Amino acid sequence: MSRKFMKGNDAIVVGALQAGCRAYYGYPITPASEIAHAAALHFPALGGTFIQAESEVSAINMVYGTAGMGIRTMTASSSPGFSLKQEGLSYIAGSELPCVVVNVMRGGPGLGNIAPEQGDYFQITKGGGHGNYRLIALAPNCAQEMCDLTVLAFDLADKYRNPVCIAADGFTGQMMEPVTVPAARPVPFDHTSWCVRGDAATHRNLISSIYLESADLERHNLKLDEKYRRIARDEVRCEEYQVEDADLIVVAFGIVSRIVYSTVDQARARGWKVGLLRPITLWPFPSARIAELSRRDVRFLSAELNTGQMVEDVRLAVEGRAPVHFYGRCGGMVPGAEELLAEYGKILEGGRS
Amino acid sequence: MNDSVQATAPFIEIDAELCKGCKLCIGVCPKGVIDISEKLNGSSYHPAYYLGRDCTGCALCFYACPEPAAIKVVKP
Amino acid sequence: MKITEKPVAFYPEFERKSGPHKETTHYCPGCGHGNVHKMIAEAMVDLGINERTVFISPVGCSVFGYYYFDCGHMQAAHGRAPAVATGIKRANPEAIVISYQGDGDLAAIGTAETLHAANRGENITVFFVNNAIYGMTGGQMAPTTLIGQKTATTPRGRLEAQHGNPICMAEIIATLPATTYVERVAIGDSKHIMKARKAIRKALTNQVENRGYSFVEILSTCPTGWKMDGPDARDWLVEEMTKVFPLGVFKDESDHREGAWHRPVEPFAPAKRDAYLGAGEAEAKAEKLPLPAELHCKFAGFGGQGVLTLGLFLAQVGMRAGLHASWIPSYGPEMRGGTANCSVNLSERRIGSPLVDRPNLLVVMNQPSLEAFAGEVVEGGIVIVDTSVVENCPGLPGRRVVRIPATGIADEVGTPKVANVVLLGAICAATGAFPLAFVEQSLRETVKKKDLVDLNLAALRRGHEHVLGAV
Repeated sequence: MSRKFMKGNDAIVVGALQAGCRAYYGYPITPASEIAHAAALHFPALGGTFIQAESEVSAINMVYGTAGMGIRTMTASSSPGFSLKQEGLSYIAGSELPCVVVNVMRGGPGLGNIAPEQGDYFQITKGGGHGNYRLIALAPNCAQEMCDLTVLAFDLADKYRNPVCIAADGFTGQMMEPVTVPAARPVPFDHTSWCVRGDAATHRNLISSIYLESADLERHNLKLDEKYRRIARDEVRCEEYQVEDADLIVVAFGIVSRIVYSTVDQARARGWKVGLLRPITLWPFPSARIAELSRRDVRFLSAELNTGQMVEDVRLAVEGRAPVHFYGRCGGMVPGAEELLAEYGKILEGGRS
Repeated sequence: MNDSVQATAPFIEIDAELCKGCKLCIGVCPKGVIDISEKLNGSSYHPAYYLGRDCTGCALCFYACPEPAAIKVVKP
Repeated sequence: MKITEKPVAFYPEFERKSGPHKETTHYCPGCGHGNVHKMIAEAMVDLGINERTVFISPVGCSVFGYYYFDCGHMQAAHGRAPAVATGIKRANPEAIVISYQGDGDLAAIGTAETLHAANRGENITVFFVNNAIYGMTGGQMAPTTLIGQKTATTPRGRLEAQHGNPICMAEIIATLPATTYVERVAIGDSKHIMKARKAIRKALTNQVENRGYSFVEILSTCPTGWKMDGPDARDWLVEEMTKVFPLGVFKDESDHREGAWHRPVEPFAPAKRDAYLGAGEAEAKAEKLPLPAELHCKFAGFGGQGVLTLGLFLAQVGMRAGLHASWIPSYGPEMRGGTANCSVNLSERRIGSPLVDRPNLLVVMNQPSLEAFAGEVVEGGIVIVDTSVVENCPGLPGRRVVRIPATGIADEVGTPKVANVVLLGAICAATGAFPLAFVEQSLRETVKKKDLVDLNLAALRRGHEHVLGAV
């Protein structure tokens, strides 16, 4: 396999191409624009489609059209643009269409700034648009995962007929690392039974999220809910480092998980048993694993680039069995290793005194 | 109703149950051979009906009618 | 014998429709939508296209378009039908795509989608049913409501000063060069209706023949919203609406655009993508060079001096040596003093944070960078300074300071642009991390313009020699 040195944003496009994505629709926004640049270069070269849409709203609706044909398609943006896509995501989830949406998160609220943040955790994991639906959310923390989780995202999208969000941040997007380009393989899904391709085989199908009768809409929602329960049962992914004997388990995703990873050995050198639990799926959240780990004398720290969002899910998983602390920076400020180590010390030694 | 397959003159068939009584067919008929019934149909509309003669088969009533299947025009 | 009856492109029974009446539409008596539907269905039959048609239902009274036509259906969010149409047509140019929209959908909430799909010349057919009112939500003002017209939200009548004017979409669309055919017709008297029938057929024929974007605005009635009966509504349409919305062809370039707007796509071919991206290529034999010590580097200077590229060079050398490598540019609030900087990590182990707070190698190409970052260098670390640019470079206790006039040397070699490569040579010499020959080979592979390879190699060697000579 060949390794190439590339930006996380470029790695997303490589993953999408190798996953069989055929159409990209997007609108420029920092710090996600490299994704559109790479897509503009590569999709047409491979007989695919690239359109710079007139708006984020249009981009996600172009995705809706192509996804409705059972063809792999995607869009990418950053926080303010992701907000604009919420209407479309609700329709896509309600119509059960597979697609991949990338959010390279930046600082908010409002125009905020272009620096990295994780302030869209709520928006990504709790809905964002109207109605009862979920996005499957994958949080890469290196360039290789930007590629590989994009491939996985397309498979999960097809498997569950649901939009999948790549929850990246400005750092994972801008960072360059070696990436092994995965081999492309045929798409192992046949969507003829539900998609509308504009051909005889699918011309009796309907893509829609309208259910005028209350009983019908309730039934549709319950069906979606059953699907989300299946996803929550089968698709949780997380990575652990030194959690088994840890007195303090730090929960962190994306770029923060990389910083925390650096600090674990340093903390242990100081005699603090620290471990890292990194959710790879933000939704479904690794609640069961956190609950399991909370049934002993342990503390949790949720470290995030926001003012405290994922910490709520950690607390829900812990259900009061263990103390749950939070440490966050935002606006583009990123905690350094020393800063985190100081926080560990406060929690571990402060807790004893 | 004229349902003879051997009919030589053009005619229209109006399905009284599918008609919503909007009267648009009456307005466009160049021969004035459609009228509104005094009876109500199953949907509580007064449906249009064909007077039974002088239809030219021009089909203007068909295109003026918003309902897909309320009017059928036969021109032998 | 000629029989004119319900076209077979309609479903025999409207099974998706709720309630007992499966053969009638959900529209109010006298509503124009039914007429337009009938003419579209008829054209689908005549052109033999219903199985390849995708009909996009908007939000509004025609939201239930999928009850009726025996073709593929997608229901779209309010105003988004032209974007959805774009996503369908671009993914399968053989599909016949109909964007069927009302006035609120097309000319208010979806104006951007409407204009830009037209401006791209999407090879689709747009049927714009303009009845000057919002029907489904209860008779509110539409963007096309006439001045003086009373609606639920203009109870005193539409006022220009308050609500603006009725918007003439056909005229606007016709100004866009990429559009092919734009006509306004009406469901008024029989003559109007037969003209509308012709326009609908032409707009679909254009798409079948890949002649490009066709837009038919159809003035229609809303007897319920207008509080009129069917015939009065048709009269009002003919007498009042056509004054504001004149009928006619606004643009027709159909005749010389056959085939011009077909945008072919290719199916997914895994082998082609592997070849294009170089997936599965045998990797250049990695030499797995041991690293004397992990490198946590910061490169800083003015934008344009090539500090980011210098970091990139080093990271790629590390990757070729089989190491873990990361490169991240200064980004967000880290950017200070007008300088550009990047962080590079090289390690035999998995790299945690790609950010470098405490470098053990700092390379600076300007004075502000030295002042900003020198204090962060760990004890025992190396600071490499381009003394051609940095005038004041004091010693740093516990750190090794390597002074090299990199920009001056680069100028002697041929151009100051290769000052960063001079510094790369200096890094190799100062850290002992990589043999010169290995870095030379990396440069040969990395430098894109082959005529610049020798220049870069010369710069590299000069930087290397300078530091070794100074030891």
